[in-house]
Order: sequence, then structure tokens, then C-alpha cells
Amino acid sequence: MSLADDLKKILPESCQIESSFGEVNVITPADQLLVVMESCKEHSDLQFDILIDLCGVDYLNYGLSEWKTTSTTSSGYSRATSNEPQTSKWPLPRIAVVYHLLSTTLNQRLRVKVFASPKIPEVPTICDIYSHANWYEREAFDLFGIVFVNHPDLRRILTDYGFKGFPFRKDFPVSGFKEIRYDHDQERCVYEDVNIEPRVTVPKVIRDDNRYVGDQENE
Amino acid sequence: MSEINQYTVNFGPQHPSAHGVLRLILELQGETISKIDTHIGLLHRATEKLAETKPYNHSIGYMDRLDYVSMMCNEHAYVRAIEKLLNVEAPIRAQYIRVMFDEITRILNHLMWLGAHALDLGATTVFLYCFHEREKLMDCYEAVSGARMHATYYRPGGVYRDLPESMPQYEVNPWRSKKEIDALNQNRQGSLLDFINDFIDKFPSVIDDCERLLTENRIWKQRTVNIGTVNAELARELGFTGPLLRASGVDWDLRKHQPYAVYDQLDFDIPIGTKGDCYDRYLVRMEEMRQSVRIIRQCVEWLAVNKGPVIINDHKIAPPKRVEMKDDMEAMIHHFKLFTEGFHTPPGEVYASVEHPKGEFGVYIVSDGANKPYRLKIRPAGFSHLQSLEKICKGVMLADLVTILSSIDIVFGDIDR
Repeated sequence: MSLADDLKKILPESCQIESSFGEVNVITPADQLLVVMESCKEHSDLQFDILIDLCGVDYLNYGLSEWKTTSTTSSGYSRATSNEPQTSKWPLPRIAVVYHLLSTTLNQRLRVKVFASPKIPEVPTICDIYSHANWYEREAFDLFGIVFVNHPDLRRILTDYGFKGFPFRKDFPVSGFKEIRYDHDQERCVYEDVNIEPRVTVPKVIRDDNRYVGDQENE
Repeated sequence: MSEINQYTVNFGPQHPSAHGVLRLILELQGETISKIDTHIGLLHRATEKLAETKPYNHSIGYMDRLDYVSMMCNEHAYVRAIEKLLNVEAPIRAQYIRVMFDEITRILNHLMWLGAHALDLGATTVFLYCFHEREKLMDCYEAVSGARMHATYYRPGGVYRDLPESMPQYEVNPWRSKKEIDALNQNRQGSLLDFINDFIDKFPSVIDDCERLLTENRIWKQRTVNIGTVNAELARELGFTGPLLRASGVDWDLRKHQPYAVYDQLDFDIPIGTKGDCYDRYLVRMEEMRQSVRIIRQCVEWLAVNKGPVIINDHKIAPPKRVEMKDDMEAMIHHFKLFTEGFHTPPGEVYASVEHPKGEFGVYIVSDGANKPYRLKIRPAGFSHLQSLEKICKGVMLADLVTILSSIDIVFGDIDR
């Protein structure tokens, strides 16, 4: 019997279970997350003993293309990109947390996804179930601003001391807001606003590729 | 004598045994560690965010710079994720080349680890032996890709080019005599495969030399046996993968249990430890190097007799040959589209992983059908391992912290990303 069938029996009914690219996905409501994780770890047919990965995803610009062809100009590659703000096409809450689980005893993998509440993204912590989720949750908090409720030590982990903002969100520019340099007059490091012009080398293009039409219909 | 109180020590971020830019805030009771606060992120370059702004192929080079001592293994996970999305498979010869270079990379990584680990415990000779051997493997990297470290050799759908038929040779210079140069060039007369063959013939005796210096060495054993012990249950609890999990006695290796590329057609064994202390981790890695030699030998034998393409012929993904472009309009258009826009993946999400020398290295890609990944998440092998330091090191001596830290084999390129 396949893993997806097992999951349908074991997990709460509010979970969506689907398979794509040979991988099993579970989408669970946030209030069922702890129940789902608990059964994934403890149930004898699942036994997912290791949390391989935990990460945030920001779906703000999902499916939006930067490509807008106009007449040629002399301003380089950026001519074909539109910087006009676009409205999000994503129908679900913007921020998601994705968990990758591995069972070394039954040799199987699972992906669990939970969408955080829209205003302040909040998700319950799974540190009590998988203790090594600690740093992964700190990372997701640091980069996406996801608040893991009841986390024992929710501090920033990867960014600089005193960093402001959530850099991996799609509305945070790649060049950031602040830059640091050593100032010879003051004999210390100083922070300043960045003076880099945002630049697009290759625009993001989405094409309706006929080769993949069949794939999407099957999903 | 004055009373010793609890005091706090800052370890790193610039410390020779911090293996990069690790900062630890240690609370000590005498020489015993009572609490560790680990600060990472000093090498954070936002690789994942950068990859989201670039077409898929532009980021292969970033993968080399993650774990910068096992470059091609990182590339392998990344191209495997893209191949899974595109539903293509590399030609069989490319898969053998990838496996061969994955194992060369494993030896590179373990030699680096062994040298640095021994140096941390005060044995300088081993370090010199290891780096002498690493140099030859770097030459293999250079022969095949043109770069000693950051190869960018694997591509979605295969590898960049076939193995070269000749090895670059040393030239006569004012600092070395003709006789010395001839001796250096002795194993460079044939192809790259001949050079690798010569290396794997000689390399096991180098492992023996290192083992003679360390394995039964009294000081080495005093510093490593029963230090940083992690049993199988705890290893799973801490999220260990790779050699650390195997040293704790768990039979788990992606090359055997979830085989990718051509690992299922090759004959090799998985070493497993019993206790899970620093000494077991050392033994497991030494045996892994011997097993890598076995795998490389089988690959060399296969590659010597089986010719064929090394990258798929789909010009939507892999560029056409230069020659074809001279008189074929179709090839020209493919080339132009591929290099100005890149290829598009179908929408969806995939996770692909490889047995990296340090553990499981995975790449998770969310695609919205564009020419760039919508979200790229790199699952570094060392992240969970370093996190466990706080738990393993509670109550150990300060000197043992250094042993444990170097026994878990961390590199900040991939922990901080």
C-alpha cells in the first residue's frame, strides 16, 4: 500500500494529500499541525524520525512575470522588465512553512506544508516533537518573519546583529536597505543607506509551454 | 587559592579551530562547559535569494561556493532537482562521470577534514600528507573543468564536457631540473582516466600511512575515544545524517537506500560505527575513503570502455554544439534563447538530495513555470550537526569541545549559505 493511502487513513480529514513528481505532499491547516507531526513521528506505519528540512516560502509574486516587451531602447537589458507593482495572483495565504521529513526505518519521505495566518504569520512550534527544528524555525523567523508560537528561543540566526526586516520576503529588495563600511575619520564601521540601483540582468519570464500542458492536467 | 566562579568566554569568530567563522559564547565552570550559545551567519550571503533572481543555470556556480570543500556534490543535488522538475535524465556516461567525481569529492572532503582534525589535536604531519594528496585531486578538477575548486561542471541533463584525453603537464622552469619535471610528469602521460587510475593505485597506501600515525596512537585515542559520544537514538533525535549517523551505528546511506545516478550498479560497503564517539567518526571516514577508491575504480573501468554522449540532446535544456550553429538556423535560435532567457521548468515543487560527504545535502525548488526558481531552499548537511553542539558539549572539558567541533566536520559555506 502506498504512503499516500496510509496517510489518508491516519491523518485528520482536514489535510489535503497529493502526489506530484513522485513525492507525497500534505497540506495541513495550522491548528492541526501538531497532531499531524505527532502522528508522522510516532505512528508505526509512518515513523518519520528525522526532520530533514524546514523552510518558509513567500508566495507574494507567484506566477507574476517581469517580462513586458516594448520598443527597443538604449538602456540595456532592463528595457524588457516592468517595474510597475503587480497585484498578487496567489489565492491562499501568502506565507507558508514547508517541512521535509525522512524515515530511516521505513525509508520514505514526506513533505508537509502549512499556510500561516495572513496578518502576522503564526505557526505553532514543533520543537517539542522534533527538537532539532529549533534552528530551522529560528532561520524561518529570521528570513520570513514567521512567528513560531511557544518556541523556546526565537532569535535571529543568520542575519547581522541588529538587522531590521525579513530579507527573504519577496517585497525585500535583493540589494537590501543598509550597507556597512569602515569610516577612516570616525575610525569605526558605519551603516548607511545602500546606493545600488536595482538591476535586472535576465527578466523573469513565464511562458505557456505546451510541453507541460499535459502534466498540469494530470495533477 | 581563590575560588573559581562561573565565567564567560568568547570563542571565535576568528579562531583556528573554529573552522571558519563560528562564534561561541561559552559559560565555563573552571574548565568545564556549562552552556554554549552558538552564533552563526557570519558568512551568510543569501545564496537562495540570489538564485531566485537568476536563470537556473547561472546558479550552478553558487553551489560550489556553499560547501567549498565538496564542490561537485553540491552541484549534483542542484542539477538533480532541476532534472526532476524537467523530467529528464542524464546519459549513462554522464552519470558515471558524476559518480566518479562525487567520490573524488568525498576523498577531497575527508582529506581536508582529516588534516584539519589532526591539526586541531596537535598532529601536523597528517595535515601535510592530506594536502599533498588533495593537490592531485584538484588537478583532476582542473583537467575536467578548468577550475581547481569551483568547477561548475555538472549541468542539468549531463556534464559540461567529456573527460579530456590528455593531462596537462609541468613545464621546465628555472626552479626545477629536467629530471624533476620528468618525474612529476610520469603519471601525466596518458588521459585523465589514466591519471585517476594511477592515483587510486597509490592512494590506499597513503590512507595506511595516516592510519599508522593515528589509529593506534595513544595520544590520539586518549583525545578521541569516548569523547562526544552520541548513541543511535540520540543521533536520530538530533537530526544527524551522513557519517555522523553511521558512526552512531545507524545503517543509513542514500547511496544504498535511495540510490541515485548509478550507485545501484556499483559494488561498495557502508562502514558503521558502534559507539558514536569522535574515534568512531574518524574510523568511519577513513573507511569511507577506501570505499570511495573502490567506487572510483569501477567507474574508471566502465568509462574506459563505454563511450557515448555526456549531455542530453534536447536543445531546449542543453546548448547545441558550436559547429552545428554555423549552418543550422534552429541551433542558432536555441542557443540564443538558452543564453538570454534560459529554460523554463513546469510549475511544481521538488526536493532532491545526495549523500554528500558531510551528510544529506538537499535542494528544494518551488517553480512557478518561469526561467528562474521561485524559491530555492538549500538543506545543508552541517546545520543540524552544528546545532547539536549545545547538547553534546554540555559538561565536557574546553579542550574536548575542539575535538567534538572538528569531528562533526563543519564548513560555514553551507551552514550559513
